[in-house]
Amino acid sequence: MITFTGITKRYPDGTIAVDDLDIEIPAGRTTVFVGPSGCGKTTSLRMINRMVEPTTGLITVEGQDIRDRDPAVLRRSIGYVIQQAGLFPHRTIVDNIATVPFLLGWGKPRARARARELMELVGLQPEQAKRYPHQLSGGQQQRVGVARALAADPPVLLMDEPFSAVDPVVRTSLQDELIRLQAELHKTIVFVTHDIDEAVKLGDSIAVFRPGGKLAQLDTPERLLANPVDSFVEGFIGYDRGVRRLSFFPARLLTPRTDTVVGDDVQAGRARELALRSGEPWLLVVDGERGPRGWVSTETLGAADPGTVVGSLDLVDYGHVFTVETDSLRAALDAAVLSPAGRAVGVDADGRVVGVVAQSELGSAIWSVGAEEAPTAEPVRSDG
Amino acid sequence: MGDQPLIRWDWIARNWDDPVGTRLLEHIQLALVPILIGLLIAVPLGVVCARWRWLYPSVFTGVNILYAVPSIALFFLLLPYTGFTQWTAIIPLSLYTLAILVPNVVDGLYQVPQHVRQAAIAMGFSPLRRLIQVELPIALPVAIAGLRVAAVATISMVSVASLVGLGGLGQLILTDGFRRQFPTPIIVGIVLSVLLAFLVDGLLVLMQRLLTPWTRGSERAARRTSAARREAGAGTTAPATDTGSRRAEAT
Amino acid sequence: MNLFLEFWLWISDPAQWSGGAGIPTRLGQHVLYSAQALALATLIGVPVGLVTGHTGRGGFLTASIANFARALPTIGVLMLVVIAVGIGVAPVMVALVALAVPPILVNTYEGVRGVDPQLKDAAQGMGMRGHEVLLKLELPVALPLILLGMRTAAIQVVSTATIAAYVGIGGLGRFIVDGQARREFDMVVGGSLLVVALAVLVTLMFYLLRRFLVAPGLRQAAAK
Repeated sequence: MITFTGITKRYPDGTIAVDDLDIEIPAGRTTVFVGPSGCGKTTSLRMINRMVEPTTGLITVEGQDIRDRDPAVLRRSIGYVIQQAGLFPHRTIVDNIATVPFLLGWGKPRARARARELMELVGLQPEQAKRYPHQLSGGQQQRVGVARALAADPPVLLMDEPFSAVDPVVRTSLQDELIRLQAELHKTIVFVTHDIDEAVKLGDSIAVFRPGGKLAQLDTPERLLANPVDSFVEGFIGYDRGVRRLSFFPARLLTPRTDTVVGDDVQAGRARELALRSGEPWLLVVDGERGPRGWVSTETLGAADPGTVVGSLDLVDYGHVFTVETDSLRAALDAAVLSPAGRAVGVDADGRVVGVVAQSELGSAIWSVGAEEAPTAEPVRSDG
Repeated sequence: MGDQPLIRWDWIARNWDDPVGTRLLEHIQLALVPILIGLLIAVPLGVVCARWRWLYPSVFTGVNILYAVPSIALFFLLLPYTGFTQWTAIIPLSLYTLAILVPNVVDGLYQVPQHVRQAAIAMGFSPLRRLIQVELPIALPVAIAGLRVAAVATISMVSVASLVGLGGLGQLILTDGFRRQFPTPIIVGIVLSVLLAFLVDGLLVLMQRLLTPWTRGSERAARRTSAARREAGAGTTAPATDTGSRRAEAT
Repeated sequence: MNLFLEFWLWISDPAQWSGGAGIPTRLGQHVLYSAQALALATLIGVPVGLVTGHTGRGGFLTASIANFARALPTIGVLMLVVIAVGIGVAPVMVALVALAVPPILVNTYEGVRGVDPQLKDAAQGMGMRGHEVLLKLELPVALPLILLGMRTAAIQVVSTATIAAYVGIGGLGRFIVDGQARREFDMVVGGSLLVVALAVLVTLMFYLLRRFLVAPGLRQAAAK
């Protein structure tokens, strides 16, 4: 655990970067510092490994006052990842990763073996070991940066906007990678970002800083989205926080209806009866394996010869689907909004249709969870 | 010497017009002509190298060799051809100026951001107009940084020309001073040469301020890139290549 | 008259290849003076440049000294020192070292200052101490510029060592001085071309040094 008690950083020119900060960062979890620029989030992070010394206050790591520790020794026990990765241009990838083991006096073979292990862990190819940083893409460099921080297996990892310099696609894959690594390693991660979406995705808890270096709110992502303490936090997290909050509710809460799903070998006349009985204007046509084929409207069915099978009619593309067991309400809502029929297709893990959900049903499900506490502290996984 | 004073002011007073004044004027002429000639060749050559980049590596190698050739040796090699004319000094010093200036002009032009060049093309600048109105002005700070090194170095090197019998402050140092074991003319020669170098350097700084008013705020950044280059003279960087294509593709 | 024919006749004369006034002796003296001066200048310039660059103090002073040194007419300095101290290798060495220190010092300083602050931040953040940052990061990253400064210095020293003959010591400059005095132009040409060859050789040597000393990651990254 890392604790800040009454931490203030005042610069000689009078600027206050961090103002009387009290915060507890639990061990083995990811805590994200987020806020607009100039809010003191990076300064706070850099105080943990003594890259910045506080003017007043106390910081402890594992109960020990960090001022009692030699800064260099302290830093070797804390992983540090920065924005542009900060890789040494004159060292190969493997030696970049082995930097801290070298500093700790490990022998070369042991340090390099460890570095190669980490390359694999962060998803780098073994043949990249002898390359130089400039030969790697930005995303790969950042993977090396993460591997380098993990090399000496430090319990604490400080990450200062590590993914902000790469393009959105690469950023998403790096974020997923970090989530996967953290599930395996359980480090105490302090992560700084200005991107609230990144914070919500990665954080077990989020500390929102306001300009002037004050802590505005420290909460789980879900509670932060549900109950921002004031208008600053609300404004910072954005006005679509309601929709984002749906990420924390599983699509399992929905009950997809199955009476509007027909096989593609059913005759049009029979399908029309089914549609009239259900009162729905659209039926979902599935194939023999219950894979979705497309939507058919009652009008099309009425105009068709009652004897033809629905599979041979003009079907409307079904858009994208959501997975009932693993997706969130947000994914289901998204699927419904984008569907030409206004209905979302729910499938199981193998892609077989479980049922369909109309926007109106989604609406009532959303309304019913509105007041509730979310069942999970983390966003439902496959939702990005 | 031994007991004579380092500077005899009465000598300076008696010889102020001649030889001191005469030598100073010769020195100015011997320094300025090569700087101008070097400039007149280096700018078009640099522009050509920046336009057709495949030319640059070979020009760069040539310039590096020129830079290595000691001017003093060239003075003696030229002597039988050009005799005791000023060309004996002007040719080697022009080549030296050229060697410092060409990389600076090319680097300066390479520094023109791609988006600026594209914007100029999109707005319909013709290549020549673009060069004169957009690219050369942007390249100016780096080019002038090179010009300053070349000017200061040339002014101090002109003194060497006295060894082949040419004029300039070197004559004051060699003939009036060293041959007669008399330190005063040597000190006068050194001081005037340094002052002249600083004066020209200062004028060039002033010229840059007037010509590139937009760089004033960001001078620190410009200095950072050009300071090392200034010292190193020619050939600080290998010809820039397109590193983008060499980078491994994204994950 | 043909310069190169003249040179060929002179250099292929066996008389030039022996004795105290022969090419091997003169060349050896020239190389020795130059190497000594360069070594001394490196021993002064590199450590001072590293420390001032690392601490960031004295930058203005180094730049001013270098600027002043560049403006000094070397021939004047050399002759003044000789008049003041007398003829000998020591005064020549003083002048050559004074000439060679500034480019090495300034390039080392700028090379260290030019290291990306992000890299220094990363190095400190991983727990490198001041001297480790200097030796494991700043020195290797600054090395290309340091070598460039040394090359500039070496060329200047080789070329200026020629003037040393005018104040009465050995080296290739003797051929030029003696040739002039005796009106033996082939000797002047021979000495001059040998100086040129030596300077070009020095340039080549630094090219090779760069290849072997500078980390491959830096050599290519420098083109960025």
